[in-house]
Amino acid sequence: MLVPLSWLKDYVDIDITPQELEKRLFDCGFEVEELTEVGKDISNVVAGLVTKCEAIPDTHLHVCQVDCGDKGSFQICCGADNVYEGGVYPVALVGASVLMTAKDHKTVEGVMTIKKGKLRGVDSEGMLCSGTELGVSEGMYPGAGYNGLLVLPKDTKPGTDVKDMLGLNDWLFDISITANRPDCQSVFGIAREVAAALDKPVKMPALDYTETDKTLDEFDVKVEASDLCPRYIGHYVYDVKIDESPLWMKRRLALVGQDPISNIVDITNYILLELGQPMHAFDRDYVEGDRIEVRRAHDGEKIVTLDDQEYTLDSNNLVICDAVKPVALAGVMGGLNSEIRDTTGEVLFESAKFARDNIRKTARQHGKSTDASGRYAKGVDEYATVMAMKRALHLVEELGCGKISSTHKDVNTGNSIEPHEMKVDIKRVNDVLGIEVPKDEIIRIMKNLDFAPTIEGDKLTLMVPAYRGDMENYPDVAEEVIRMYGYDNVIPTFMPDSKVTMGGLNNKQKKELRLKKALCSTGAYECIHYSFFSPSDLDMINLPEDAKERQAIRILNPINEDMSLMRTTLVPSMLAAISRNQKKGNLSGRLFEIGNKFIAKELPINDYPDERETLCITAFGDDEDFFSLKGMVEKVAETLIVDFEYNAATVPFLHPYQTAEIVCDGEKIGFMGKVAYEVSEKYDLRTAVYIAELDLKALVKYYGNTPSFRPISKFADENRDLALVMDKEISCGQVEKVIKDSCKAVGDVKLFDVYEGSSIPEGKKSMAFTVTFEPGENGFEEEAVDKYVKKILKNLNFHLGVDLRA
Amino acid sequence: MNERLDAIRQEILDGIKEKANSRATAFELRKQFLDSKTGKIGQLMKEMKTIAPEDRASFGKGVNELKEWALEKFTELDEKMKTLELDLRYKSEKIDVTMPAKEICTGNLHPITQMRNQLIDVFAGMGFEIYEGTEIENDYYNFTALNTPADHPARDMQDTFYLSPEFLLRTQTSAGQIHVMEAKKPPIKILSPGKVFRSDDDATHSPMFTQMEGLVVDEKITLCDLKGMLDVFVKKIYGEDTTTRLRPSYFPFTEPSVEVDVSCFECGGKGCKLCKGTGWIEILGAGIVNKKVLENCGIDSDRYSGLAFGIGIERTAMLKYGINNIKLLFESDIRVLKQIDDN
Repeated sequence: MLVPLSWLKDYVDIDITPQELEKRLFDCGFEVEELTEVGKDISNVVAGLVTKCEAIPDTHLHVCQVDCGDKGSFQICCGADNVYEGGVYPVALVGASVLMTAKDHKTVEGVMTIKKGKLRGVDSEGMLCSGTELGVSEGMYPGAGYNGLLVLPKDTKPGTDVKDMLGLNDWLFDISITANRPDCQSVFGIAREVAAALDKPVKMPALDYTETDKTLDEFDVKVEASDLCPRYIGHYVYDVKIDESPLWMKRRLALVGQDPISNIVDITNYILLELGQPMHAFDRDYVEGDRIEVRRAHDGEKIVTLDDQEYTLDSNNLVICDAVKPVALAGVMGGLNSEIRDTTGEVLFESAKFARDNIRKTARQHGKSTDASGRYAKGVDEYATVMAMKRALHLVEELGCGKISSTHKDVNTGNSIEPHEMKVDIKRVNDVLGIEVPKDEIIRIMKNLDFAPTIEGDKLTLMVPAYRGDMENYPDVAEEVIRMYGYDNVIPTFMPDSKVTMGGLNNKQKKELRLKKALCSTGAYECIHYSFFSPSDLDMINLPEDAKERQAIRILNPINEDMSLMRTTLVPSMLAAISRNQKKGNLSGRLFEIGNKFIAKELPINDYPDERETLCITAFGDDEDFFSLKGMVEKVAETLIVDFEYNAATVPFLHPYQTAEIVCDGEKIGFMGKVAYEVSEKYDLRTAVYIAELDLKALVKYYGNTPSFRPISKFADENRDLALVMDKEISCGQVEKVIKDSCKAVGDVKLFDVYEGSSIPEGKKSMAFTVTFEPGENGFEEEAVDKYVKKILKNLNFHLGVDLRA
Repeated sequence: MNERLDAIRQEILDGIKEKANSRATAFELRKQFLDSKTGKIGQLMKEMKTIAPEDRASFGKGVNELKEWALEKFTELDEKMKTLELDLRYKSEKIDVTMPAKEICTGNLHPITQMRNQLIDVFAGMGFEIYEGTEIENDYYNFTALNTPADHPARDMQDTFYLSPEFLLRTQTSAGQIHVMEAKKPPIKILSPGKVFRSDDDATHSPMFTQMEGLVVDEKITLCDLKGMLDVFVKKIYGEDTTTRLRPSYFPFTEPSVEVDVSCFECGGKGCKLCKGTGWIEILGAGIVNKKVLENCGIDSDRYSGLAFGIGIERTAMLKYGINNIKLLFESDIRVLKQIDDN
């Protein structure tokens, strides 16, 4: 929120520098996001009287002799069309700094320093300036908006620095207001805090006015939706003369970036900035039936707002209506139909409090955020509602732009705007802080903040102002005290009275970390991807219409469609990551991610979904193959101390003949394989990609597995190599299983060669295994291993028709 | 007779000089003279019977002396050859030590995981347990129980992704506080790391990021304890010289609420680009747990008080490692992931 220093000074005597004030505000909870000096780019610009002005032949230029008082007299060339002898204009002296404009003389392009120069061969020492060149808008100074010279009053003393008269000697504080302090969303609200921080009194804005005897008896206010509008104050003003506002008011509006419009409208805008209370003024002529009705809109009801936009409303929106039609979208913007015109002669002023969430939702629903809706959404207090109407009527009188009738309507739900009493124990306050703040300091601070504190023993009695709705209990008092007393006074301690607790990761968390580290040891990098993905991702990976992955939870208000579904598989994000890597030249690599899949019990959800921890592993590049990925998956099994089995399987987005389902203890826990070529193409993948997805949640039950020791025999293992011939269709896994099941002494079975071709019959292949036999405690008996081998060969032949290669 | 012995002696010396160039040739040479069956010195012993009896003693002595001498010579020779061979072997294995190292291919944990582990280490040492909540929460746990009712303006501070009128993507890990406090009696010390979501997507915001919430509930917990604990934390993470500064702020679930700044670890507080000239860097929000939040969880707020803090892990990691764009953390560019190895 923008607060001009000059405006703040209306309410508090500020005798410190803007920088010091910034620090004080910061210390008490109001961060100044930006502190700007209004005329920081303007220097050495003084009033100059043009004593002689002659046209330079064949140009649009004039050569002027300019009297700049004690600064001297200068010859200056000028191209503006409003330069005349006897005129007084701002003069940028040689060495002055002003804004640089484009050819249109309107667009500011930077800052420039004025130098001596020649225009069309004529010497020129300085520059006569326009409003734009001085950063002054029409609102800041009348005539400053003209595309030509800024004209100063004839009685301005030549040589006078112009910054003061143009309002450039000012500072703007851009202050961020926390959500608990809606009462500070105004210049006066900030002034109250500044006064408290500086130990100074706060000066109230003038609220007095005189009512005439005139009334508008027909005028009636009816609040139907009192839940959404706890207070509505209306006042009838007549004999209105629409005109420009005075300079001081226009300048303040302009300083914070508002265009002055007309006195009545400016008053409402001024009060919003000054007191934080949005106000509205209706032209009485267009309020049919002299009746104001506050109600929910009918479904489909339409309104055209002041900015000529039409909105179709529903019953969630609150509207201000006359006897027949809506005249304002409550808390957001007035209606075009009843706006203040040049011809307006009678006005109905509105100052109201609306429910903050209703206004917030309406503003959001229609994508229409205004200064008023912003204030209402954060919360407006009725104290300000009442004060604002008085202030508006005072300003009408002060500006002489209307007469105040005695028709005043105040519809309310009985909320008090008087301070209410609150008692707290000082000990409680200090217990929150952990330090003892001296009682007289507490009194001083709470007094400065207008809580009229009294103290009796340990009991502190406060009168809480109605605008401090955030004050509920002793912790709130503790916060008020410490932010004014200073956080520097908080002394670090380390929970001297606390009980000892056991900390650290639990077993599941430890195992998961070990799993990640094990995967890193295979050369893989951990990734983290968004928990949401795109509906198109489901198509990209060729999932059929009835795939369970398509039962994804939808985000009702996604940033965009690409981030609108909660993930039901981690594969698409991973493929996208590989694609990005390959585009940047990382053609090979290994990656993994542990993230959640979100499985809804039903859609749309009305219960917590199953968040399934899932592991996705990938290996990509020309050197990778199915078995390098399998090695990584086996690393998972090894870390979890489980055995995985692999069965050939099909998955829609994987190679039909290079895909396996992964089984643990009879339960299918995942899949792995080569990414199918048509999917690869869609993701623009440039090498083979192997990917696996494992359901970690199904594996959690094994996280407690611990390694168990097997006694080592004092005798050596014996190895036998077996070259076997079999049908091509028989898998390595099948052979291994028969070998292992044949004999208890078999320890390890390792494939070391696969061969097809000459000397092997058509339709057959040869696989060679090294079988390790473990001797046990007493060693092998005579010829035992040979017997085992015979048995193995017999079983292989019986179950799989496998023969020993000749 | 002595001439023969001298001749053999000379022959050995010549052999050593001319023929021996390795341990193998030296051994061959040795065999020629000292092999018990075929060696020339051995042969001399066989001639003993042909020597006149009166000369036998001196002949035997001469042969034995020669044998002793030869043994010594050949042992010496072997040692010399051994040294020579080792030297050659070393020379033949000379390498260019400036050639590149062999790459040992291990990956890295994600920078967020690394940062998270470092934070967990610090707080685990203080007795914090780790609690991981769910990414999908209901409105009550994410907002209402945290003193943020439906009409509360603080709801605007966080643009929430909704999945249904009741369910949403958690906007803060504080949601986990409530589950823990409902299930557990004080003393409570938990750290709750996890993904959180806000409808923000621009140069400095990511719609998903990672928070770590800390919560302590016990008797007599004060703002001084909060400061003390955070002082320890920042020293462990940012270095022993780091100090903290508290300043007033607002969160619905803490009262009083503070923003915590650390003295800039880049410039030590003098003011630099990183701290935008202020000497301070904002790192987290914290406060004394709001009385109402404790009461919402059935905890006696007269007896117990608590402190809570929330750390943005991305921000912490970005500050620590100088990562300049939050989006880099979610793009999985291997060139980025390779660089951060700090666990």
